[in-house]
Amino acid sequence: MNTINHHWQRFTLNQKLSRYAVYLLLILSLVQSVRTVEVIPEFFFDAPEQMADLFARMWPIDFAYYPISVHDAMVETLNIATLGTLITLIFAIPLALMNASNIVASPWSHWIARFFLVSSRSVNSLVWALLFVAIFGPGIIAGVLAIAFRSVGFVGKLLGEAIEEINMGPIEALQATGASWMSILLKGYWPQILPAFFSIVLFRWDINVRESAVLGLVGAGGIGVVLNDAMNLFEWQRVSMALVAIFVIVIVAEIVVVNIRKRLI
Amino acid sequence: MAGLNSIDIKPSITQDRENPFKRNWLITSAWLLLAAYLIYSVNAMGLSWERISSGLGYADKLLDKMFPPNFNRWELLLNDLAESLEIAIIASVAGIFLSLFFGLFAARNLMPNWVSIPMRGFIAICRTFHPVIIAILFVKSVGFGALAGILTLIVASIGFIAKLFAEAIEEISLKQVEAIRATGAGFVSVILFSVMPQVFSRFLGFSTYQLDSNLRNSTMVGIVGAGGLGGTLFSAFQRFDYDFVAAILITIIALIMLGEFLSNIVRRIFR
Repeated sequence: MNTINHHWQRFTLNQKLSRYAVYLLLILSLVQSVRTVEVIPEFFFDAPEQMADLFARMWPIDFAYYPISVHDAMVETLNIATLGTLITLIFAIPLALMNASNIVASPWSHWIARFFLVSSRSVNSLVWALLFVAIFGPGIIAGVLAIAFRSVGFVGKLLGEAIEEINMGPIEALQATGASWMSILLKGYWPQILPAFFSIVLFRWDINVRESAVLGLVGAGGIGVVLNDAMNLFEWQRVSMALVAIFVIVIVAEIVVVNIRKRLI
Repeated sequence: MAGLNSIDIKPSITQDRENPFKRNWLITSAWLLLAAYLIYSVNAMGLSWERISSGLGYADKLLDKMFPPNFNRWELLLNDLAESLEIAIIASVAGIFLSLFFGLFAARNLMPNWVSIPMRGFIAICRTFHPVIIAILFVKSVGFGALAGILTLIVASIGFIAKLFAEAIEEISLKQVEAIRATGAGFVSVILFSVMPQVFSRFLGFSTYQLDSNLRNSTMVGIVGAGGLGGTLFSAFQRFDYDFVAAILITIIALIMLGEFLSNIVRRIFR
C-alpha cells in the first residue's frame, strides 16, 4: 500500500496567525470594554418595567394633535430632506467629476476631492446641524445645510464611481468629431450615468428623510422640534403621535423610492 | 427591427423626417414641477440676503473662536473617547451575534411563513427609526449613560445586518442544503455545514461595515444623553466653548479614519 501522505491546508501559517490575532484582539477589546463600561446593573434589570411604563404612557395616541402642529412640521421635514438633497448636487457633481479618473487625470484633484468627500462623511448630520444652528440660528436653513453638507460625501463618492464605470466608446466617438468639452460631458457622459444618477439621488433622499426627522432635536427645524418639545413637557401621547408620523413618512418614502427605481433600471 | 424598416424608406434628401431628438413632454413637465417646488420651498424657508450675510459674519466669528483647538481638557476627552469605543464594541458584538439568529429566522427559504413574517416585521421596525430616536426612548427607560447607547446601537445593528444577512441566505444554492439533508443530518447540522459556508464571508463583510458605522454613531448618541463623546460635544456647544468643540470634532474625525483603516486591514486578512 502506498498512501499519499499529503497534508492539505486551506490557509497558510501567516493567514492563520493573522486571523487568530484578529479574533484575539476582538475578544480582548470586548472583555476590556465589558469590564470598564459604566453600567448600573439595577437600571439594566429595571429596563423592561420602565419600557412598559413608557409605552403605557404613550397610549392612546393623541391623533387630535396631528392637525395642530405635526402636519406643518412633517411638511417642513420633507422640505428639508428634498431641498438638502438638491443643494447637495451643486457641490457633489463637481467633486464627483474631480474624483473620476477618466475625466480629470491629475492625482492632485483626486486628493482634493477625496478630502472634501471624506470629511463630509465623517461628521454626523446632527453635528453639522449643531454647527449651522450656531451660524444661522435655529430654523429650517440650518437643517437644509446640514443635510446638504452631510450628503455631499455619499453622493459624490457613488457618482464618481458611476462615472468611472462608463463605456468609453461613445466618448471617443464624440472626441473624434471634435466636440467641445461641454458637449462631450452632456452628450457622452450624461446619458450613460443617468440611471445611476437618479438611483443615487433617490437613495440619498430616502436616507435624508430619516435624518431630517431628528435634526429638530438640536433646533434645526422639522418634526424633531415637535418631538423635542413634547418630550420636554412629558406629553407622551403627543410623542407617540410624532413617532407614528415619522414611521409612516419613512415607510412611504421607501416605497416611493423602490417603485421609481424599479421603473428606472 | 428598425434596421429592417429603414430598407423600405427610399433615400431622398428632401424627405420630411421626424426630429430624432423629440421633446419628451413628461420629462419637461417633471423639470417644471421641480422648479416650481424649488421656488415654493425656498420661499417657505424664509431665506433673505440679510440672514445669509449675517450668517456668514457669524461663521467667520465661529471659525475664529474654533482655532486653535483647545486640548487642555484632554483627560475628559480621552475618558469620553474610551466610553464611545466601549459602546461601539459591545453593541457591535452583541448586535452581530443576535442578527446571526434573527437573519436566519427571517430567511424565507429556510423558515416557515409564521416565523419569517413576524421576524421581518421586527427587523423593519428596527431599521425605520433613526438611531437618535431609539436612543431617546432608551434614555427615558434605562436612564442616562452608556447602557442606553449600547442598547440603541444593538437595535441599529440588527436592523442593518439581519436584513442583509437574510437576503444573503435567500440567495444561496439549495443543492448543498439538499445534499446535507439527504445524509439524514438534523436542522442544526444543515445550517452549520450547508448554509453557513455559503454566506459566512458576506456576513463578515457586513459585520466590519457595521462596526465602522457603530463607531460613527457611538460618537453621536451622546447628544441625547446616551453616553460617549456626543454628550460632551453637545454641552461644549451649549456653553459656547467652540475651541473645545473643534478639539472634539478633530478627535472624532481621527477616530473614524482610524476605524476605516483598521477595518480595511481586517477585510484584507479575511479575503
